[in-house]
Amino acid sequence: MKRNAPSTLAVIATILGKDLRVELRTLQSVPAMVLFSTTIYVIFRFGLDRTRLEGSLAAGVLLVTILFAALLAINRLFVAEREQGGFEAIRLAPVDGTALFFAKAAALLIYLLALELAALPVFWLFFLADGGGLLPLLPVLFLLNVALAVTGALISPMATNSNARDLIGPLILLPLLIPPMIAASAAADRLLAESGPSYDRYWTWLATLGLYDSMFLLIGWAVFDFLLED
Amino acid sequence: MKTPSLRTLAIATAVLIGAGFALVFFYAPNETDQGFIQKIFYLHVPLAIVALIGFVIGGIHAVRHLRSGDPVHDARSYVSIHTSVIFGVAVLITGAIWAKASWGRWWVWDEPTLVSFLIVFLLYSTYYPLRYAIPDRERQARYASVFAVTAGAFVPLNFMAVRAAESLVHPRTFATAEGGLPPKMWLTFLVCLAGIASLWYILVRFELTAKRTSAQLSRLRRALDGSPPPAAAGVGSRIAPGATTTG
Repeated sequence: MKRNAPSTLAVIATILGKDLRVELRTLQSVPAMVLFSTTIYVIFRFGLDRTRLEGSLAAGVLLVTILFAALLAINRLFVAEREQGGFEAIRLAPVDGTALFFAKAAALLIYLLALELAALPVFWLFFLADGGGLLPLLPVLFLLNVALAVTGALISPMATNSNARDLIGPLILLPLLIPPMIAASAAADRLLAESGPSYDRYWTWLATLGLYDSMFLLIGWAVFDFLLED
Repeated sequence: MKTPSLRTLAIATAVLIGAGFALVFFYAPNETDQGFIQKIFYLHVPLAIVALIGFVIGGIHAVRHLRSGDPVHDARSYVSIHTSVIFGVAVLITGAIWAKASWGRWWVWDEPTLVSFLIVFLLYSTYYPLRYAIPDRERQARYASVFAVTAGAFVPLNFMAVRAAESLVHPRTFATAEGGLPPKMWLTFLVCLAGIASLWYILVRFELTAKRTSAQLSRLRRALDGSPPPAAAGVGSRIAPGATTTG
């Protein structure tokens, strides 16, 4: 890195600030994700023919909806960089390209948190008899969000720069996200149980999610640069 | 090349696999619980082990490709993963046959190793659409390598997560591959494993040789077709020696 180059943290903050400003002005990801999730809940209400959910069914509906909503944002994550030359700009700038990865992952994480701020109360209102399990579920959801954000920020540029953008992203991400989905569903299943939240192996699931998150953060850090050079 | 020739390897593979199957049918004892059908174990498990190791080898070649930028490593990574995906199909088919024979159903969800393998297989199946969706050769190779590295790291994590989800509900009853395997079965298993491993290796070598040869052939053909008029013949000197030997 050049002597006068800005620190990586400053670059991350700048890109993240840019992305959040764009999102606030155009509102193209988060509102769509909220609308999408609410509609999916309504579809599940009829698809499953249930008005109350608990246990594994509640966990599945909640988490699968978040996963699909995340895919919406992931598909869009790098589109502006491709169409408006963001990839070239970061290559030309005397900064660490990996900053783009961390900034995009952070932006995606914030989108997901914003989505859940709206989607969790809706889910509670629609389906849950008792919201007691939601509070201990928050750390699980947070770690799942990190998993979605990190893998999304790593796979999305590959999909965006391919000929089949909307296809490649979900195709690779869905199998890649099965392990965190397993851990999060197992935790949510027990926390949303009909008989009240159970903390059976709660820490195992949190540790599994944490391990997955840190592994993919490291992988992203190691390989992201190769997605930028041309 | 200092490695053994394809012919030697092919003979060795045929001998190993022949010996392995002979041992399976005439030497290894029938398993007391499952009887004859358990013998599919000698095909299914080595295939699965070799396929998984092949995925890891593909990841290692991918790392080398990213570090050196040499397309040879990308070709090795691609062929390793490709061969392992084919072996993966065989693993899932033999697994289904075994499941049908011992549990009466073609697919069971309570065998974590098989479920993990299915997930890994699904992930690696997306390697092809990814490659084919990127027209630029060099970028395709780079993205494919990033994928191979990511997926290689994913394999152990995935096995861990699936195992964690199952262990509470279902204690592992299906312990054929674990300790307590009689020595006769061990020997048979190891010979079969060696046979399948050398089959994987020779298929990779064949595919790489075929790729190299067809690349050479098209280079020669281009040189012959577009061979410039005698005055400028010196331009094609890099490929000239090959052209004279075929001519």
